[in-house]
Amino acid sequence: MAQISQDNRGLRLVVRYSVLCLIAAIFSFPLIFMVVSSLKPSEQLLADAHSFRALLPVGDISLNNYFDAFKRAPVALFVFNSVLVTGVTVIASLALCSVAAFAFTFVNWKGRDLALTVILATLIVPFETIAIPLLLEASKLPWIGLDGITWGWLNSYRVQIVPFIADGLTIYLFVQYFKDLPAELIEAARVEGASWFAIYRRIVMPLSGPVLATAAILKFLAMYNQYLWPIMVTQEEQYRPVMVGLQYFFQLNRAWGEIMAYLSLITVPVLAFYLYLQKAFIASIASTGVKG
Amino acid sequence: MAGITLKGLKKSYGTAHVIKGVDIDIEDGEFVVFVGPSGCGKSTLLRMIAGLEDISAGELSIGGKVVNDLPPKDRGVAMVFQSYAIFPHMSVRENVGFGLTIAGASKAEKAEKVANAARILQMEHLLDRRPSQLSGGQRQRVAIGRAIVRNPQVFLFDEPLSNLDAALRMDMRLEIGKLHQQLGATMIYVTHDQVEAMTLADKIVVLKDGMVQQIGSPMELYHDPANLFVAGFLGSPAMNFLDVDVTAVNGSKVLVSNAALKPVEITAKVGGFSAGGKAKLGIRPQYLTPVDSGGMLQGRIALTERLGSETVVDLTLGDGTRLIAALARDAVFPIGADLGLTFDAAQAHIFPQ
Repeated sequence: MAQISQDNRGLRLVVRYSVLCLIAAIFSFPLIFMVVSSLKPSEQLLADAHSFRALLPVGDISLNNYFDAFKRAPVALFVFNSVLVTGVTVIASLALCSVAAFAFTFVNWKGRDLALTVILATLIVPFETIAIPLLLEASKLPWIGLDGITWGWLNSYRVQIVPFIADGLTIYLFVQYFKDLPAELIEAARVEGASWFAIYRRIVMPLSGPVLATAAILKFLAMYNQYLWPIMVTQEEQYRPVMVGLQYFFQLNRAWGEIMAYLSLITVPVLAFYLYLQKAFIASIASTGVKG
Repeated sequence: MAGITLKGLKKSYGTAHVIKGVDIDIEDGEFVVFVGPSGCGKSTLLRMIAGLEDISAGELSIGGKVVNDLPPKDRGVAMVFQSYAIFPHMSVRENVGFGLTIAGASKAEKAEKVANAARILQMEHLLDRRPSQLSGGQRQRVAIGRAIVRNPQVFLFDEPLSNLDAALRMDMRLEIGKLHQQLGATMIYVTHDQVEAMTLADKIVVLKDGMVQQIGSPMELYHDPANLFVAGFLGSPAMNFLDVDVTAVNGSKVLVSNAALKPVEITAKVGGFSAGGKAKLGIRPQYLTPVDSGGMLQGRIALTERLGSETVVDLTLGDGTRLIAALARDAVFPIGADLGLTFDAAQAHIFPQ
């Protein structure tokens, strides 16, 4: 009997790992294809696409596509713009949405539930429906800068950042997480004399590692993948992010090798961010979970 | 000086009235225990004193100052929660010193006060640990440490021992008693455990359905319960209640009997009896004595529990009523046998029905 159950367990393990490997393969094939193709000249890339060679770095392998990509478009500028816009938005969004969620969860005020309902209702409004009105508004907004008051936000970083700092989904994520924090921790801090801000900073935020990581990843991906909005608001190359930069490779002669090289390059910040937060995510889970 | 006065205190959530007008005077340095069954409002009342619940009506003053609208931090109170509520991301040292950090105390002052609190609670060796590395009893010490370090006028305890096992509970109970003597601060303690209430309190407040049933010293409540609820709530095993017929009333003397009870005259502490009426006779199990013959009550033994120092006998009387007798020695009673019992009428209580 023991032998059979031992075998069963082994078999189950094999099946489980096979399924996991299959899923991992399905998800990594496009990435492998992208990186491998970026090393091949366009003709070989298209010829290999029908066989397994598409996933293997064989044939005429070189970094030429990367050099050509840099020649064709200001890749470094686009990556810089995207990282800047995304980074600032993620940080500002985490700060603002967590404070808002704190007020919605822990502080009693008139109209609180209604306000939260309205915010949550914005989740069902697709961005495409408000893009045009938003563009019209953004083109008229004032800004105080080094050269005094200027009108119109188009062709700037701020027009890509500010509209996306506050968003219903991030607030909702924080509200749900905060609701699960033990209320007595907050009450204990209040009795100990902590102000609302001290409770937010010293108690709630240090315990919010998992939700911060989740919200940051979601926001990062959404912002880094922005295409529609930046193409509407940036006519000047100086402010364009990576996704808009992709257009440069579809104009005139389309070079697939260069496109793959460009895509490989712009994937690096995403992977780096993801790997970094994955660590923080696991660490934050390990340090919480203390029950009374 | 931090006496506390509750005047007509009320709390409602919409149409649900949880606290229905409570008046209590607590003197400076007194140890007061709020006791009552689940849902009686005792924790709500404590949270109202702490400032964690709004007061719907009435007046609350601490140290002679009305504090109805003051936030918790300005009331000079410290609170120990049932779940300890210690901050999981901070070391014991940071937890105990949290209030001082918030108040902007200097490093030296904080170190000294934390060390002092740790010494009082004998937890110096725990200061650098994380809450997750502590046992339940140690966590409770940290929570108490956090309360005493700010030297508050009033300590509030919300069922602080109910998550601990029986042995630890007794140790911590003694420690809290000692702490009260040492600090001399006003303490309010909420519990549903009557042993904690009886042993710790200078004054017990018995609550039921958001109303005070009786306020008094533990022994006053035990010996002179104001009503049926208090009589039944305090004491273990609980007081026996017999439905009796009132046969004669002479001033405060009430003569009662029923099918299982021989006529006996009881001195009533409350009025409202009339000959021919009904009443409840309360007899504590400890005051019943077995007799060989001619007992005032006669019952059949249904169950016995021998605890060594005490034998608890569960009897069924002639009219079907259940009666518990706690006899102060080890004895063997055969189940199913008849047993006659007597009691001192001066120790019995009578309540109108």
